Amino acid sequence: MTALRPGTAAPDFTLPSAPDRTVSLRTFRGRPVILAFYPADWSPVCGDQMALYNEILPEFQRYGAELLGVSVDGAWCHRAFTENRKLHFPLLADFEPKGAVARTYGVYRNGEGITERALFVIDGDGTIRWSYVSPIDVNPGADGILRALDALHTAPVGP
Amino acid sequence: MSQRQETGTLVLSVGDRDHAQGSADAPVTLVEYGDFECPYCRQAYPIVKEVQGRAGPRLRFVFRNFPLTEIHPHAQHAAEAAEAAGAQGAFWQMHGRLFERQFALEDDNLIQYARDLGLDADRMAGELAARTHKARVRDDFMSGVRSGVNGTPTFFINGARHDQRWDVDTLTKRVESSSS
Repeated sequence: MTALRPGTAAPDFTLPSAPDRTVSLRTFRGRPVILAFYPADWSPVCGDQMALYNEILPEFQRYGAELLGVSVDGAWCHRAFTENRKLHFPLLADFEPKGAVARTYGVYRNGEGITERALFVIDGDGTIRWSYVSPIDVNPGADGILRALDALHTAPVGP
Repeated sequence: MSQRQETGTLVLSVGDRDHAQGSADAPVTLVEYGDFECPYCRQAYPIVKEVQGRAGPRLRFVFRNFPLTEIHPHAQHAAEAAEAAGAQGAFWQMHGRLFERQFALEDDNLIQYARDLGLDADRMAGELAARTHKARVRDDFMSGVRSGVNGTPTFFINGARHDQRWDVDTLTKRVESSSS
């Protein structure tokens, strides 16, 4: 599986962000979106990555960007994880059918049943502008995301 | 618009603003981004000391603040206290004290540590209240974010993020291979 490349239209999706709530990608048109796929709630490295992004959230917001975490964990699991780590951004449950959204982005690990540790920065028109797949055991940090957001700001308008 | 840039590269060079142990001429510089309330950073504290002991003058060590304030409610003030001690010439003494007494990081404790170290505790209390060192800590933090810090502690060896384990042997080997 190969992750979707920059220049590709970001496939739309609707996923649960809570047991009684859903989030659709298209509702963020006009603003950049950071999609952060990660393998699982609760594994210590993942906690680090989400805790780190939680801390950097005000920086992402300076760009008007929305951060969405995505894993194959269910909405109740995400709720417990979110409360435990005091996260201030939504975690989406790519749970049923399992990994369907990850597959459309080319970041599902067949046979393991989890997603890659993959980042996508999507512009306000819904086009992927940057993508990065990290080694599964390496938290990629946020420097690549911020450079991609910088590039959006300096990029010329129009095709 | 594809960008192919290395992630995990130190963007703020080590310089006069930094707290450093060892010579600027040392062939290897180890930078740690750390949080005084982080249990892994506390584990790393004696490990770095041991690596420094083994590497001797070949190694310069720099500590920068990376407080994860959402999960560590005392980390920001502890970082500012270390900087306040630094303003009185005692950054490293406070750095050690904070890791050794990580279980007690309330403001009263921080001021007591200043007193214990023979510093001007009233000055530290004033600087903590006035948030004198907040911007400095923020600058450290943002330099870490931009460099690809991915949790605490994150180490950089001669500017490259160290993604392997950070036990004494691994770090020492990396330091030695970087100095030759």
